[in-house]
Amino acid sequence: MILLVEQLLNGLQLGITLFLMSAGLTLVFGIMQVINLAHGSFYMIGAYVGATVAAATGSFILALAGALGAAGVAGMAVEILVLRQLYKRDHLDQVLATFGLIFFFNEMTRIIWGKQPLFMDIPTWLKGNIELLPGLIYPVYRLAVIVVGAVVALLLWYLFSRTRLGMQIRAGASNRDMVSALGVNIKLLYTLVFGLGTLLAGLAGVMAGQIFAVESGMGESILILTFVVIVIGGIGSVRGAVVGALLVGLVDTLGRAFLPTLFRTFLSSSYADSVGASLASMSIYIVMAAVLIWKPRGLFPSHH
Amino acid sequence: MKRLLMLLTAAAFVFSLQSAAAEPVKIGMITTLSTKAAYLGEDIRDGFQLAIDQEGGKLGGIDVELLVEDDGRKPEKAKQIAERYMKKDGVKIMTGIVFSNVAIAVVPKVVRDGVVYLSANAGPSKLAGKGCNENYFSVSYQNDNIDEVVGQFVNDSEHQSVHLIAPNYPAGKDHLAGFKRYFKKDISAEVYTQLGQSDYAAEIAAIRAAKPDAVFFFLPGGMGVSFIKQYAQAGLSEEIPLYGPAFSFDERLLKAVGPVALGVKNGSQWTHDLDNPANKQFVAAYIEKYGRTPTLYASQGYDTARLIGSALKAVQGNIDDLGAVKQALKKAEFDSVRGKFSFGTNQHPVQDLYIREVIKTDDGQYTNRTIQKVFENHVDAYAAECEM
Repeated sequence: MILLVEQLLNGLQLGITLFLMSAGLTLVFGIMQVINLAHGSFYMIGAYVGATVAAATGSFILALAGALGAAGVAGMAVEILVLRQLYKRDHLDQVLATFGLIFFFNEMTRIIWGKQPLFMDIPTWLKGNIELLPGLIYPVYRLAVIVVGAVVALLLWYLFSRTRLGMQIRAGASNRDMVSALGVNIKLLYTLVFGLGTLLAGLAGVMAGQIFAVESGMGESILILTFVVIVIGGIGSVRGAVVGALLVGLVDTLGRAFLPTLFRTFLSSSYADSVGASLASMSIYIVMAAVLIWKPRGLFPSHH
Repeated sequence: MKRLLMLLTAAAFVFSLQSAAAEPVKIGMITTLSTKAAYLGEDIRDGFQLAIDQEGGKLGGIDVELLVEDDGRKPEKAKQIAERYMKKDGVKIMTGIVFSNVAIAVVPKVVRDGVVYLSANAGPSKLAGKGCNENYFSVSYQNDNIDEVVGQFVNDSEHQSVHLIAPNYPAGKDHLAGFKRYFKKDISAEVYTQLGQSDYAAEIAAIRAAKPDAVFFFLPGGMGVSFIKQYAQAGLSEEIPLYGPAFSFDERLLKAVGPVALGVKNGSQWTHDLDNPANKQFVAAYIEKYGRTPTLYASQGYDTARLIGSALKAVQGNIDDLGAVKQALKKAEFDSVRGKFSFGTNQHPVQDLYIREVIKTDDGQYTNRTIQKVFENHVDAYAAECEM
């Protein structure tokens, strides 16, 4: 029972990290109609810059600020330099260009930071474990990640449904030309939205950098999960990103945790380990397929 | 006119003869210099190059030319490079492949075509047992060796039960099999994770619940970095000790995990502190040239180069007689940085294997220290299946 609660928390925490990634990606796709394969690169930039600032200053807060700034600025630069040329073209051109950016950023981190992974550790004030329930020991840092993710989700909701800027962004998504004609600087708006998306990826990166290896190409492994999340959640919907991310996080974690044990009840143990492990790694794709059969446009399709 | 032509032809012949004599022996290195595993190939290449530079462009007194190409960790690409080396450059000696899956794709083909291949890292079981070949030498190890030594060490310790964890792919299963070959006590669970996984929270929670005496893991590269970090962060490193093969604890990866890997014991065939003259000389020269502590991959590259040097010396640079080259290689008459070195019947090393521990040096660097020799003249498990 305790183990189940602990694994639920683990799933929640993975889901939150995925949410931060997919929120940005789904925003950019939903509003700007751009498929950005290089989204994982901004996650990587967040982690690398965070690790560098943390190593130089020893301060986690500064590392966080540096990572967010770097990912946001890099994102806006990419929007201005690369994506602006591509809005009128079809999706294949965008995919090719952003796919090229992945190589560019991976190689760039290797040139700047070298080939081996960087070290980044949890700040002392977030270290250690706390006993949530009798027998349930959980790392403080992972709890902090859950809290940060929940706060970001609330802020995004507020931004989009309660502020003028959010209203303009939503309007821009439904009719770009009309909003532009009404005197809104839509170009700047797009740059800001893109920067916001990459900033969220940078936040995910710097928080993941404490627990995962900070290495060149680290964005790609999480990018695949991120795409699964937005396909499940419905492309372009932040609400869908929340639900999809939590679903993927929970299914993946619980599958890895309990499927082998489940199979061991009726199969020989070595066979069960291997079947269970294989099925666990497939589980999120099975869920994705099931959701697509039931709701082909995802759980919360955006309205257009 | 005719006389002049004759003279010219004769001169051309002499010239071509001369250039043939001065032609350096080409060594084709296929290794991984891009992707996140790039540092492995870089160290093999740098170790190899050091041996050549120490002799001023020669190995065993013979001029050599080292060709280096990046396989990008892709078997198909490595195959193409091998093909080009053979057809275009006329290479007869190859080395350098880092990954076992790449080696399995390339080695059987090139050795069939009469190339001598010396492995400076990958030692898959497929090429050690039934698939052995007289043109194939492993200078590094047979993959399982590095796990077997840990298995024996943990078996001899007070630990009664061990939790195993590895990625769900053939090499993951091989490495756990190597451990289990010498660990005869209780195995609390054998966990296979996704290849490339970075979040191990679920697996670590299961370890905490299962309460084994020790954990053995094989998670190469970034996977190991993530796992070790999260394991320490969960507060388990003090309660349940970690063990693993050397791959997650080379001096380059320790830059990324050093503080949380402190004290972890791991198995290897070499460490920079091994006390023999060849090693002391190598470590000092490597640090001087490259400004970093050599990893085991660098030591393997260096040993491979020096082994080739010993054979070139024995045949006086004449590699047209491949039989003689192989004879000379098999004798392994070179000063290995591992102290002693010889080949078994399947042309894999018969060598001592050690347990070492991650330590922090006085100047704040993280490295390994040899603590115990576990196997003496260890022969790999597949040698008996090799018919040669």
